[in-house]
Amino acid sequence: MKSNKLGRLYQNGEEVIKQGEMGDCLYVIQEGVVEVIDESGEKEIKLAELGESEFFGEMGLFEKDVRSCTVRAKGDAKIMTIDKRNFYKTIQKDPSLAYRLLEKMSNRLRETNKKLRNKE
Amino acid sequence: MNKSIELKDGSQIAVIGGGPAGSFFAYFALDFAERYGMDIGVDIIEGKDFNCAGPTGCNHCGGIVSESLIQSLSTEGIILPSNVIRRGIESYTMHLEQGSTVIETPLNEQRIASMFRGLGPRGIKDNEQLSFDNYLMELSHQKGATLISGRVTETKKTPDGIVLKTKDGFEKKYDLVVGAVGLNARTFKLFQQINPSFVPPKTTKTHICEFHLGKDMINEYFGNSMHVFLLNLPNIKFGALIPKGNYVTMVLLGSDINKEIVAAFLESEPVRSCFPEDIDLNDYMPCQCYPSINILGAKSAFDDRMILIGDSASSKLYKNGIGAAYITAKAAARTAIFEGVSKHDFKKHYQPVCNELDRDNIIGKFIFLVTTVIQKSPILKKGLLRMVVKEQKKEKNKRYMSSVLWDTFTGSAPYTDIFKRTLNPILIKNLIGNTFSGLIIGTKSK
Repeated sequence: MKSNKLGRLYQNGEEVIKQGEMGDCLYVIQEGVVEVIDESGEKEIKLAELGESEFFGEMGLFEKDVRSCTVRAKGDAKIMTIDKRNFYKTIQKDPSLAYRLLEKMSNRLRETNKKLRNKE
Repeated sequence: MNKSIELKDGSQIAVIGGGPAGSFFAYFALDFAERYGMDIGVDIIEGKDFNCAGPTGCNHCGGIVSESLIQSLSTEGIILPSNVIRRGIESYTMHLEQGSTVIETPLNEQRIASMFRGLGPRGIKDNEQLSFDNYLMELSHQKGATLISGRVTETKKTPDGIVLKTKDGFEKKYDLVVGAVGLNARTFKLFQQINPSFVPPKTTKTHICEFHLGKDMINEYFGNSMHVFLLNLPNIKFGALIPKGNYVTMVLLGSDINKEIVAAFLESEPVRSCFPEDIDLNDYMPCQCYPSINILGAKSAFDDRMILIGDSASSKLYKNGIGAAYITAKAAARTAIFEGVSKHDFKKHYQPVCNELDRDNIIGKFIFLVTTVIQKSPILKKGLLRMVVKEQKKEKNKRYMSSVLWDTFTGSAPYTDIFKRTLNPILIKNLIGNTFSGLIIGTKSK
């Protein structure tokens, strides 16, 4: 990847976060694509693909729990870490920083509801 | 009068100045209005063409987007494109007369961007790269702002708005006029016409110049590291060399920097040793300027239906001016959309944000005063260097001085936070220990 984009470079297949491990950072994709994978069953299930400007790991900001999914780079990807402390300090002064986060989490909830309805 | 003036559907806002503060304001005002269900119009009036090389398209700035701003923008979904970023910075190299050391980025990530505000220095031939200011202005245009090319020549207050006229004959009445004019004294007069109590910020002169060295030479001599200098030279509080594509930008901050001070800095051994020995730097310098920076915030930077933001109001002392532009622009946009546009609204919801920046700058002044004391003391500088060198071999959460210096150099954290960290007893103990160790070793070697 020859681009000047910021963040850390993850190679194809490299894990950014691992299901079951503790984590407290949010990640924002600067370039490339990642796969969100559920590893709880015998077989891996791909839940989603995320691209530039999308984020993952947001549960780690709000809950003290293990990562619910594994996220892996699909091809080379550049990813920026948003520190929990920096996030909370900033959001304390500027709550509007959370608008997009809430909007995306609401979108994801809607998508999950849709998938559940289709399964019934 | 404590009365609010609220914007409503169809309200019109003018933003004078399309630099980062103006573009951030337009972007967030339109974003908040959309979320709130309000239909407003935003015009950005800018006389400069940021797509030009050299002074014509330049807004005279060191050209660094800080770690904290990059993180905030990423959270907002604003990802700087590859062709706007000239280089991702992954470390700082600190140079003293006593030696140099590298301070690594806390998470081994490139989290700081170097960029050019315009297209680049005079004569730049890299057509694939874009101007940072133009990128932000286009971003607000995509959000719905109208871009008007021109210079405002007249402002007139009416009972229900402010009328603006440009040199080209454009005339329109606005519900709110936002001044994002940097430190332009001529435009400040236009705001004083509608708000006589406005007192512009106090400024000092800095120096910025570019060296056209080419990518290979930059990779070999500078890499992805920003080089910072704490040297015992008069008037200079801080000097930096920032790699950017085919260029290296030199920034000198301090008080009233002039030609002689610049020459002394360039001739100093720590600076000269960063460049190849056999080149005459004057042959590689296509652009240089002595721009002013805000060192004391403006007074009464708002009134009914008018507000000044960014450098025109309050900034961060010496560092992260673009970060301060983002903070003040967003605070002004939040106030205008959710609260109102009267003097009372701005005093209640915008002024505290400027006050916090101004208070933080008082602590910043103290930090730079202490830095000046260190700059003048070879013993303290030796101790500092020893401490940082040792810390870089330790775990990241034990790099107390490195994290203080990182945030001071990058401008990522408020000065108040940095100051609190300098009071950590372990940091003080280690600095004293390393200073004495340096003294003893120095005495023994003599």
